[in-house]
Amino acid sequence: MATGRIVIDAERCKGCELCRPACPQSVIQLAESLNTKGYRPAMLVDPLHSCTGCALCAVVCPDGCITVYRDLPQKQTSLPKYEMKETLAHVEAVA
Amino acid sequence: MDTVVFKQNHVQPLEKITYERPSSLCDVHTHYCPGCTHGTAHRLVAEVLDELDIREDTILVSSVGCSVFSYNYFDVDACEAAHGRAPAMATGVKRVNPGKIVFTYQGDGDLASIGTAEIIHAAARGEKITVIFVNNAIYGMTGGQMAPTSLLGQKTTSSPFGRDAQLAGMPIHMAELLAQLPGTVYSVRRSLHDARHVLQAKKAIRTAFEAQIDNLGFSVVELLSSCPTNWGMTPNEALTWVEEALVPFYPLGDYKVDERLQGRKGAPK
Repeated sequence: MATGRIVIDAERCKGCELCRPACPQSVIQLAESLNTKGYRPAMLVDPLHSCTGCALCAVVCPDGCITVYRDLPQKQTSLPKYEMKETLAHVEAVA
Repeated sequence: MDTVVFKQNHVQPLEKITYERPSSLCDVHTHYCPGCTHGTAHRLVAEVLDELDIREDTILVSSVGCSVFSYNYFDVDACEAAHGRAPAMATGVKRVNPGKIVFTYQGDGDLASIGTAEIIHAAARGEKITVIFVNNAIYGMTGGQMAPTSLLGQKTTSSPFGRDAQLAGMPIHMAELLAQLPGTVYSVRRSLHDARHVLQAKKAIRTAFEAQIDNLGFSVVELLSSCPTNWGMTPNEALTWVEEALVPFYPLGDYKVDERLQGRKGAPK
Protein backbone atom coordinates (compact mmCIF):
# COMPACT_ATOMS: atom_id res chain seq x y z
CA MET A 1 0.00 0.00 0.00
CA ALA A 2 1.33 3.35 -0.99
CA THR A 3 1.94 5.80 1.79
CA GLY A 4 2.14 9.53 1.88
CA ARG A 5 1.37 12.63 3.80
CA ILE A 6 -0.40 15.92 3.34
CA VAL A 7 0.64 19.43 4.28
CA ILE A 8 -2.18 21.83 5.07
CA ASP A 9 -1.73 25.58 4.79
CA ALA A 10 -3.24 26.35 8.18
CA GLU A 11 -3.54 30.08 7.52
CA ARG A 12 -5.48 29.51 4.32
CA CYS A 13 -7.72 26.79 5.78
CA LYS A 14 -11.21 27.89 6.85
CA GLY A 15 -12.04 24.77 8.84
CA CYS A 16 -14.97 23.78 6.62
CA GLU A 17 -14.31 20.08 7.29
CA LEU A 18 -15.08 18.96 3.72
CA CYS A 19 -11.81 17.01 3.75
CA ARG A 20 -12.77 14.96 6.80
CA PRO A 21 -15.48 12.75 5.26
CA ALA A 22 -13.54 12.69 1.97
CA CYS A 23 -10.58 10.99 3.65
CA PRO A 24 -10.82 7.19 3.31
CA GLN A 25 -8.29 6.70 6.14
CA SER A 26 -9.91 9.21 8.54
CA VAL A 27 -6.61 10.85 9.41
CA ILE A 28 -7.75 14.47 9.20
CA GLN A 29 -8.93 16.31 12.31
CA LEU A 30 -9.58 19.91 13.19
CA ALA A 31 -6.95 21.57 15.34
CA GLU A 32 -7.85 22.85 18.80
CA SER A 33 -6.02 26.09 18.12
CA LEU A 34 -7.19 28.92 15.90
CA ASN A 35 -5.48 30.47 12.92
CA THR A 36 -5.27 34.25 12.49
CA LYS A 37 -8.66 34.34 10.77
CA GLY A 38 -10.23 32.62 13.77
CA TYR A 39 -10.90 29.25 12.16
CA ARG A 40 -9.86 25.87 13.49
CA PRO A 41 -7.70 24.59 10.63
CA ALA A 42 -7.62 20.98 9.53
CA MET A 43 -4.55 18.99 10.44
CA LEU A 44 -3.14 15.57 9.67
CA VAL A 45 -3.28 13.20 12.66
CA ASP A 46 -1.61 10.09 11.35
CA PRO A 47 0.36 8.24 14.04
CA LEU A 48 0.29 4.93 12.14
CA HIS A 49 1.32 6.51 8.84
CA SER A 50 -1.85 5.27 7.19
CA CYS A 51 -2.21 8.23 4.81
CA THR A 52 -1.97 6.81 1.29
CA GLY A 53 -1.46 10.10 -0.50
CA CYS A 54 -4.65 9.53 -2.49
CA ALA A 55 -5.29 13.30 -2.72
CA LEU A 56 -9.07 13.01 -2.29
CA CYS A 57 -8.88 15.64 0.46
CA ALA A 58 -7.07 18.01 -1.87
CA VAL A 59 -9.61 17.37 -4.63
CA VAL A 60 -12.51 18.53 -2.45
CA CYS A 61 -10.68 21.34 -0.62
CA PRO A 62 -12.38 24.59 -1.70
CA ASP A 63 -9.44 26.73 -0.66
CA GLY A 64 -6.68 24.70 -2.29
CA CYS A 65 -4.67 24.56 0.90
CA ILE A 66 -3.64 20.90 0.77
CA THR A 67 -0.42 19.68 -0.82
CA VAL A 68 -0.13 15.92 -1.15
CA TYR A 69 3.12 13.99 -1.05
CA ARG A 70 3.50 10.33 -1.85
CA ASP A 71 6.42 8.30 -0.57
CA LEU A 72 8.65 6.84 -3.24
CA PRO A 73 9.81 3.23 -2.99
CA GLN A 74 13.32 3.12 -1.56
CA LYS A 75 16.09 0.81 -2.68
CA GLN A 76 17.79 -0.99 0.17
CA THR A 77 21.20 0.56 0.75
CA SER A 78 23.51 -0.12 3.64
CA LEU A 79 25.26 2.70 5.42
CA PRO A 80 28.95 3.16 4.58
CA LYS A 81 31.19 1.16 6.91
CA TYR A 82 32.88 4.12 8.56
CA GLU A 83 29.44 5.43 9.47
CA MET A 84 28.57 2.09 11.04
CA LYS A 85 31.78 2.15 13.06
CA GLU A 86 31.23 5.70 14.17
CA THR A 87 27.70 4.93 15.12
CA LEU A 88 28.74 1.88 17.14
CA ALA A 89 31.49 3.84 18.83
CA HIS A 90 29.02 6.56 19.66
CA VAL A 91 26.57 4.07 21.11
CA GLU A 92 29.27 2.46 23.23
CA ALA A 93 30.51 5.83 24.42
CA VAL A 94 27.03 6.82 25.49
CA ALA A 95 26.42 3.46 27.11
CA MET B 1 4.27 17.68 -10.20
CA ASP B 2 7.89 16.98 -11.04
CA THR B 3 9.15 18.47 -7.83
CA VAL B 4 11.23 16.06 -5.84
CA VAL B 5 11.99 16.47 -2.17
CA PHE B 6 15.38 15.52 -0.79
CA LYS B 7 15.92 14.91 2.87
CA GLN B 8 19.25 15.34 4.65
CA ASN B 9 21.88 12.86 3.45
CA HIS B 10 19.68 10.70 1.29
CA VAL B 11 20.49 10.71 -2.37
CA GLN B 12 17.25 9.06 -3.39
CA PRO B 13 14.17 11.29 -3.30
CA LEU B 14 11.94 10.19 -0.45
CA GLU B 15 8.67 11.50 -1.77
CA LYS B 16 7.14 13.42 -4.60
CA ILE B 17 4.35 15.95 -4.75
CA THR B 18 1.24 14.41 -6.25
CA TYR B 19 -1.15 17.31 -5.76
CA GLU B 20 -0.54 20.97 -5.20
CA ARG B 21 -2.21 24.30 -5.64
CA PRO B 22 -2.35 25.21 -9.35
CA SER B 23 -0.12 28.08 -10.42
CA SER B 24 -2.98 29.82 -12.24
CA LEU B 25 -4.48 30.70 -8.86
CA CYS B 26 -3.06 33.78 -7.17
CA ASP B 27 -1.49 33.31 -3.78
CA VAL B 28 -4.24 35.14 -1.93
CA HIS B 29 -6.95 34.12 0.49
CA THR B 30 -10.43 34.10 -1.02
CA HIS B 31 -13.39 35.91 0.51
CA TYR B 32 -15.65 32.89 0.09
CA CYS B 33 -17.37 31.41 3.13
CA PRO B 34 -15.93 28.19 4.59
CA GLY B 35 -17.00 25.21 2.51
CA CYS B 36 -18.23 27.24 -0.47
CA THR B 37 -17.61 25.23 -3.64
CA HIS B 38 -16.79 28.41 -5.56
CA GLY B 39 -13.25 27.76 -4.38
CA THR B 40 -13.36 24.24 -5.82
CA ALA B 41 -14.62 25.56 -9.15
CA HIS B 42 -11.85 28.18 -9.18
CA ARG B 43 -9.26 25.52 -8.53
CA LEU B 44 -10.58 23.24 -11.28
CA VAL B 45 -10.50 26.03 -13.86
CA ALA B 46 -6.98 26.97 -12.77
CA GLU B 47 -5.84 23.35 -13.05
CA VAL B 48 -7.23 23.13 -16.56
CA LEU B 49 -5.49 26.39 -17.54
CA ASP B 50 -2.26 24.90 -16.18
CA GLU B 51 -2.73 21.57 -17.95
CA LEU B 52 -3.54 23.13 -21.31
CA ASP B 53 -0.78 25.70 -20.76
CA ILE B 54 -2.99 28.58 -21.88
CA ARG B 55 -2.72 30.85 -18.86
CA GLU B 56 -0.75 33.51 -20.72
CA ASP B 57 -3.35 33.63 -23.49
CA THR B 58 -6.45 33.60 -21.31
CA ILE B 59 -8.74 36.50 -20.51
CA LEU B 60 -11.34 36.21 -17.77
CA VAL B 61 -14.53 38.21 -17.74
CA SER B 62 -15.81 38.10 -14.21
CA SER B 63 -19.40 38.60 -13.24
CA VAL B 64 -21.34 40.12 -10.39
CA GLY B 65 -22.25 38.01 -7.41
CA CYS B 66 -20.06 36.14 -4.98
CA SER B 67 -17.69 35.54 -7.89
CA VAL B 68 -17.27 39.29 -8.41
CA PHE B 69 -13.70 39.20 -7.09
CA SER B 70 -12.62 36.26 -9.22
CA TYR B 71 -10.28 38.62 -11.10
CA ASN B 72 -8.28 38.77 -7.87
CA TYR B 73 -8.05 35.00 -7.61
CA PHE B 74 -7.13 33.87 -11.14
CA ASP B 75 -3.65 34.75 -12.26
CA VAL B 76 -4.87 35.76 -15.73
CA ASP B 77 -5.81 39.01 -17.41
CA ALA B 78 -9.33 39.91 -16.44
CA CYS B 79 -12.02 42.51 -16.64
CA GLU B 80 -15.23 43.02 -14.75
CA ALA B 81 -18.57 43.16 -16.54
CA ALA B 82 -21.79 44.81 -15.47
CA HIS B 83 -24.28 42.50 -13.79
CA GLY B 84 -25.21 39.71 -16.20
CA ARG B 85 -23.31 41.22 -19.12
CA ALA B 86 -20.24 39.01 -18.96
CA PRO B 87 -21.09 37.08 -22.16
CA ALA B 88 -21.62 40.36 -24.03
CA MET B 89 -18.30 41.73 -22.85
CA ALA B 90 -16.61 38.40 -23.57
CA THR B 91 -18.03 38.59 -27.10
CA GLY B 92 -16.28 41.91 -27.62
CA VAL B 93 -13.04 40.72 -26.05
CA LYS B 94 -12.99 37.57 -28.17
CA ARG B 95 -13.85 39.34 -31.42
CA VAL B 96 -11.08 41.89 -30.92
CA ASN B 97 -8.62 39.20 -29.76
CA PRO B 98 -9.61 36.08 -31.68
CA GLY B 99 -6.37 34.37 -30.71
CA LYS B 100 -7.04 34.64 -26.99
CA ILE B 101 -8.95 32.20 -24.82
CA VAL B 102 -11.87 34.07 -23.25
CA PHE B 103 -14.02 32.68 -20.49
CA THR B 104 -16.67 34.00 -18.16
CA TYR B 105 -17.28 32.80 -14.63
CA GLN B 106 -20.88 33.44 -13.62
CA GLY B 107 -23.29 32.46 -10.90
CA ASP B 108 -26.95 31.65 -11.29
CA GLY B 109 -28.21 35.06 -10.21
CA ASP B 110 -25.97 36.63 -12.83
CA LEU B 111 -26.37 34.21 -15.70
CA ALA B 112 -29.91 32.92 -15.30
CA SER B 113 -31.65 36.06 -14.12
CA ILE B 114 -30.39 39.49 -15.14
CA GLY B 115 -28.07 38.08 -17.78
CA THR B 116 -30.47 35.66 -19.48
CA ALA B 117 -30.64 37.67 -22.69
CA GLU B 118 -26.88 38.00 -22.95
CA ILE B 119 -26.10 34.34 -22.38
CA ILE B 120 -28.80 33.12 -24.77
CA HIS B 121 -27.78 35.43 -27.57
CA ALA B 122 -24.10 34.71 -27.07
CA ALA B 123 -24.93 31.02 -27.45
CA ALA B 124 -27.23 31.65 -30.40
CA ARG B 125 -24.50 33.59 -32.20
CA GLY B 126 -22.06 30.79 -31.43
CA GLU B 127 -19.53 33.09 -29.84
CA LYS B 128 -16.31 31.19 -29.30
CA ILE B 129 -16.18 31.67 -25.56
CA THR B 130 -16.35 29.33 -22.58
CA VAL B 131 -18.81 29.90 -19.77
CA ILE B 132 -18.36 28.43 -16.30
CA PHE B 133 -21.81 28.58 -14.73
CA VAL B 134 -21.92 28.01 -10.98
CA ASN B 135 -25.46 27.13 -9.92
CA ASN B 136 -26.13 27.15 -6.18
CA ALA B 137 -29.88 27.85 -6.42
CA ILE B 138 -29.71 31.08 -4.44
CA TYR B 139 -28.36 34.63 -4.50
CA GLY B 140 -25.32 34.32 -2.27
CA MET B 141 -23.73 37.76 -2.13
CA THR B 142 -26.86 39.81 -1.49
CA GLY B 143 -28.10 37.69 1.40
CA GLY B 144 -29.83 34.55 0.19
CA GLN B 145 -32.72 35.73 -1.98
CA MET B 146 -34.61 33.44 -4.34
CA ALA B 147 -32.83 32.87 -7.65
CA PRO B 148 -34.36 31.70 -10.94
CA THR B 149 -32.79 28.34 -10.17
CA SER B 150 -34.13 27.99 -6.60
CA LEU B 151 -36.07 24.77 -6.16
CA LEU B 152 -39.83 24.69 -5.64
CA GLY B 153 -40.52 24.99 -1.94
CA GLN B 154 -37.02 26.23 -1.18
CA LYS B 155 -37.03 28.77 1.64
CA THR B 156 -35.00 31.89 0.97
CA THR B 157 -35.06 35.36 2.46
CA SER B 158 -37.38 36.53 -0.32
CA SER B 159 -39.52 33.37 -0.29
CA PRO B 160 -39.82 32.62 3.44
CA PHE B 161 -42.67 30.16 2.88
CA GLY B 162 -40.89 28.35 0.09
CA ARG B 163 -40.81 29.03 -3.63
CA ASP B 164 -44.31 29.02 -5.07
CA ALA B 165 -44.67 28.08 -8.75
CA GLN B 166 -47.81 30.21 -9.10
CA LEU B 167 -45.97 33.27 -7.87
CA ALA B 168 -42.39 32.80 -9.02
CA GLY B 169 -42.63 30.27 -11.83
CA MET B 170 -40.56 27.16 -12.26
CA PRO B 171 -36.78 26.87 -11.91
CA ILE B 172 -34.83 27.21 -15.15
CA HIS B 173 -32.65 24.41 -16.46
CA MET B 174 -29.93 26.42 -18.14
CA ALA B 175 -27.74 23.59 -19.45
CA GLU B 176 -30.70 22.05 -21.31
CA LEU B 177 -31.86 25.46 -22.50
CA LEU B 178 -28.48 26.47 -23.92
CA ALA B 179 -28.08 23.05 -25.54
CA GLN B 180 -31.05 23.88 -27.78
CA LEU B 181 -29.24 26.76 -29.43
CA PRO B 182 -27.40 26.11 -32.68
CA GLY B 183 -24.22 27.97 -31.75
CA THR B 184 -23.58 25.81 -28.68
CA VAL B 185 -21.08 22.99 -29.18
CA TYR B 186 -20.75 21.83 -25.59
CA SER B 187 -23.33 22.08 -22.83
CA VAL B 188 -23.08 19.81 -19.82
CA ARG B 189 -24.03 19.78 -16.16
CA ARG B 190 -21.73 18.51 -13.45
CA SER B 191 -21.79 18.63 -9.67
CA LEU B 192 -19.16 19.44 -7.05
CA HIS B 193 -20.58 17.48 -4.14
CA ASP B 194 -17.91 14.81 -3.78
CA ALA B 195 -14.45 13.95 -5.02
CA ARG B 196 -15.63 11.73 -7.89
CA HIS B 197 -17.95 14.40 -9.24
CA VAL B 198 -15.32 17.09 -8.79
CA LEU B 199 -12.96 15.10 -11.00
CA GLN B 200 -15.71 14.61 -13.60
CA ALA B 201 -16.36 18.35 -13.51
CA LYS B 202 -12.70 19.01 -14.20
CA LYS B 203 -12.77 16.82 -17.29
CA ALA B 204 -15.82 18.68 -18.54
CA ILE B 205 -14.15 22.07 -17.98
CA ARG B 206 -11.15 20.83 -19.91
CA THR B 207 -13.33 19.75 -22.83
CA ALA B 208 -15.09 23.11 -22.78
CA PHE B 209 -11.78 24.95 -23.09
CA GLU B 210 -10.61 22.55 -25.81
CA ALA B 211 -13.76 23.38 -27.76
CA GLN B 212 -12.72 27.01 -27.69
CA ILE B 213 -9.09 26.28 -28.52
CA ASP B 214 -10.31 24.38 -31.59
CA ASN B 215 -12.54 27.34 -32.52
CA LEU B 216 -15.69 25.24 -32.55
CA GLY B 217 -18.17 27.54 -30.82
CA PHE B 218 -19.89 28.34 -27.56
CA SER B 219 -19.21 26.00 -24.63
CA VAL B 220 -20.81 26.04 -21.20
CA VAL B 221 -20.32 23.92 -18.08
CA GLU B 222 -22.96 24.17 -15.39
CA LEU B 223 -21.62 23.23 -11.95
CA LEU B 224 -24.05 22.42 -9.15
CA SER B 225 -22.59 24.17 -6.16
CA SER B 226 -23.36 24.78 -2.51
CA CYS B 227 -24.07 27.85 -0.41
CA PRO B 228 -23.80 26.71 3.21
CA THR B 229 -24.25 30.18 4.68
CA ASN B 230 -27.47 31.11 2.92
CA TRP B 231 -28.90 27.61 2.96
CA GLY B 232 -28.35 27.63 6.73
CA MET B 233 -26.35 24.42 6.80
CA THR B 234 -22.90 23.20 7.66
CA PRO B 235 -20.63 22.74 4.62
CA ASN B 236 -21.02 18.98 4.70
CA GLU B 237 -24.80 19.16 5.13
CA ALA B 238 -24.90 21.52 2.17
CA LEU B 239 -23.05 19.03 -0.02
CA THR B 240 -25.50 16.33 1.06
CA TRP B 241 -28.36 18.64 0.08
CA VAL B 242 -26.77 19.17 -3.32
CA GLU B 243 -26.69 15.41 -3.78
CA GLU B 244 -30.19 14.72 -2.45
CA ALA B 245 -32.16 17.73 -3.68
CA LEU B 246 -30.32 19.59 -6.43
CA VAL B 247 -28.96 16.65 -8.44
CA PRO B 248 -32.38 14.89 -8.80
CA PHE B 249 -33.95 18.13 -10.03
CA TYR B 250 -31.02 19.19 -12.19
CA PRO B 251 -29.89 15.87 -13.69
CA LEU B 252 -26.18 15.62 -14.39
CA GLY B 253 -25.31 14.84 -17.95
CA ASP B 254 -24.20 15.90 -21.39
CA TYR B 255 -26.91 17.89 -23.12
CA LYS B 256 -24.97 18.79 -26.20
CA VAL B 257 -21.60 17.50 -27.28
CA ASP B 258 -20.58 18.41 -30.80
CA GLU B 259 -19.45 15.40 -32.82
CA ARG B 260 -16.02 17.01 -33.21
CA LEU B 261 -15.62 16.76 -29.42
CA GLN B 262 -16.60 13.12 -29.18
CA GLY B 263 -14.09 10.75 -27.68
CA ARG B 264 -12.25 13.38 -25.66
CA LYS B 265 -11.83 13.40 -21.92
CA GLY B 266 -15.16 14.23 -20.36
CA ALA B 267 -17.15 13.55 -23.50
CA PRO B 268 -19.45 10.52 -23.57
CA LYS B 269 -17.99 7.35 -25.05
